[in-house]
Amino acid sequence: MTHKTVKVGGLTRVEGEGALLVRARDGRIQDLELRIYEPPRFFEALLRGRFHTEPPDITARICGICPVAYQMSACQAIEAACGAEVTGPLRDLRLLLYYGEWIESHTLHVYLLHAPDFLGYDSGIAMAADHRDLVQRGLALKKAGNDLVAAVGGRPIHPVNVRVGGFYRVPSRRELAPVAERLRRAREIALETVSWVAGFDFPEVEHGYRFLALRHPGEYAILSGAVVTSDGGSFAVREWPEHVTEEQVPHSTALHARLDGSPGYLVGPMARYSLNSAQLSPLAREAAAAAGLGPVCRNPFRSIVVRAVEIVHACDEALRLIDDLAEPDTPYVPVEPRAATGHGASEAPRGTLYHRYRIDAGGVIREADIVPPTSQNQARIEADLRHLIEPRLDLPEEELAALCERAIRNHDPCISCSAHFLDLHVDAR
Amino acid sequence: MSTPGDIVVIGLGGDGRGDDAAGLEVVRRLRGLVPPAVVLVESAGDPAQLVEAWTGARLAVVIDAVSSGAPPGAVHRPAGVEGGPSWHGSSHSFGLADAVDLGRALGRLPARLVVIGIEGADFTIGAPTTPPVLSAIDALARELEQRLRQESA
Repeated sequence: MTHKTVKVGGLTRVEGEGALLVRARDGRIQDLELRIYEPPRFFEALLRGRFHTEPPDITARICGICPVAYQMSACQAIEAACGAEVTGPLRDLRLLLYYGEWIESHTLHVYLLHAPDFLGYDSGIAMAADHRDLVQRGLALKKAGNDLVAAVGGRPIHPVNVRVGGFYRVPSRRELAPVAERLRRAREIALETVSWVAGFDFPEVEHGYRFLALRHPGEYAILSGAVVTSDGGSFAVREWPEHVTEEQVPHSTALHARLDGSPGYLVGPMARYSLNSAQLSPLAREAAAAAGLGPVCRNPFRSIVVRAVEIVHACDEALRLIDDLAEPDTPYVPVEPRAATGHGASEAPRGTLYHRYRIDAGGVIREADIVPPTSQNQARIEADLRHLIEPRLDLPEEELAALCERAIRNHDPCISCSAHFLDLHVDAR
Repeated sequence: MSTPGDIVVIGLGGDGRGDDAAGLEVVRRLRGLVPPAVVLVESAGDPAQLVEAWTGARLAVVIDAVSSGAPPGAVHRPAGVEGGPSWHGSSHSFGLADAVDLGRALGRLPARLVVIGIEGADFTIGAPTTPPVLSAIDALARELEQRLRQESA
């Protein structure tokens, strides 16, 4: 009888802190646990007793990479509870801000976290030493996203201009003009990025994913929409608690999510693309086709191509919005509290992010619930790893550990968000 | 006479995590008090943003909260980034050391990089800044205001 234990005790190039433990016997995996061992951040508890106007600022601090996602889901949940709706130019400005965050976050992952896996480097920094021009190009693309977030959100990290009902101050067309100029160059870089990553050598792996994403009738859903799944399911965001449940697992401080009782569904770029690719901008669709992506992507290693296509879409749509933007009459719509529960969901760069708040008549938050993308994907990432490595258990342990890390990075897990925290350790023996 | 971007002051950290915001708070106190040529930046530690911020600068000052076991509010002034206290910059896996390595790899380090750390006491979610760290923030902001005026004269 042979035993094998692979420990990845310090995952690198993921957001946060976590570890992976695999135990195998006679060529079969017995245990596979993606361990998230940082303490939960208890943001939901922190929100109880605060006013209904506070969740956008408080929840933005859960993640330094995707604060806009937290702000957008929070705002929409509060507005739903209060019977308010943000439409027209104010909604367009929210979309614009969100596209900026997609550009920032996806570019960081594509250039500094994921590409080194395909080019044989331990880190983005090591890659930068040999491929200075490539990394400079990535930084220029990311900066266009930062500039957009700063122009609409007030600053490039933890935007301060967002409030329930809209914004504290609306940027003028004149202020957005230089941002648009940089976005035009960014769109070119994004197209070059798709061509670049499409040429990588991808392992021939496909998984039978059950995808979940938002779908909007008028756009490739990012800010809002109904929830749809690849097996034909569809439900309104307010029905989320009836379909998505979370459970504690012993090896992780992040909750595992189940969809209609079954674990292991996937949210994120591959899910969005596979469910909604027909709604990408024409330029992004052309880039996807030229990159060899079909209408559905089931190879997680190709997620880097999907992210690059989504960057093209974000640049393209942001430019269209700036060109068409009408200045709103007021920077925000009133959001008066009432005793009610509200649900909100949006597409964070890593996938669907759901918020629920129960507030009282005075606007005090009595309950808060946040379901981030990585906790939804955690069980599915474990399944990916199981399928990927069981036939390869004979590989040298160092090689196996490296493959596991790659498989985890395919999904760009933000463990800081999911445990409401992850650090990565690799210890193969 | 300095031109914009010649001198950059970067506060690192995160709001809502007690003393983790010390670097951010120093930069916020300097707003409106330093010559317009001094660029003030608040950052969660994203290395790409730091490299962008200090590229072409004659002087970059980076202020971060640290946890080394020294008394709360102690101000650290290591000679270099390596070998100093544990520079973290954010709750993420990135930090100042990564930004320095990335800047070096790209040939985009400032001519002079000064790192200042403020020893924190409490990094709990939702905790307020502790009194000794508040005092250190105020004192450091006053000192930097003076020094930056001289540097940019």
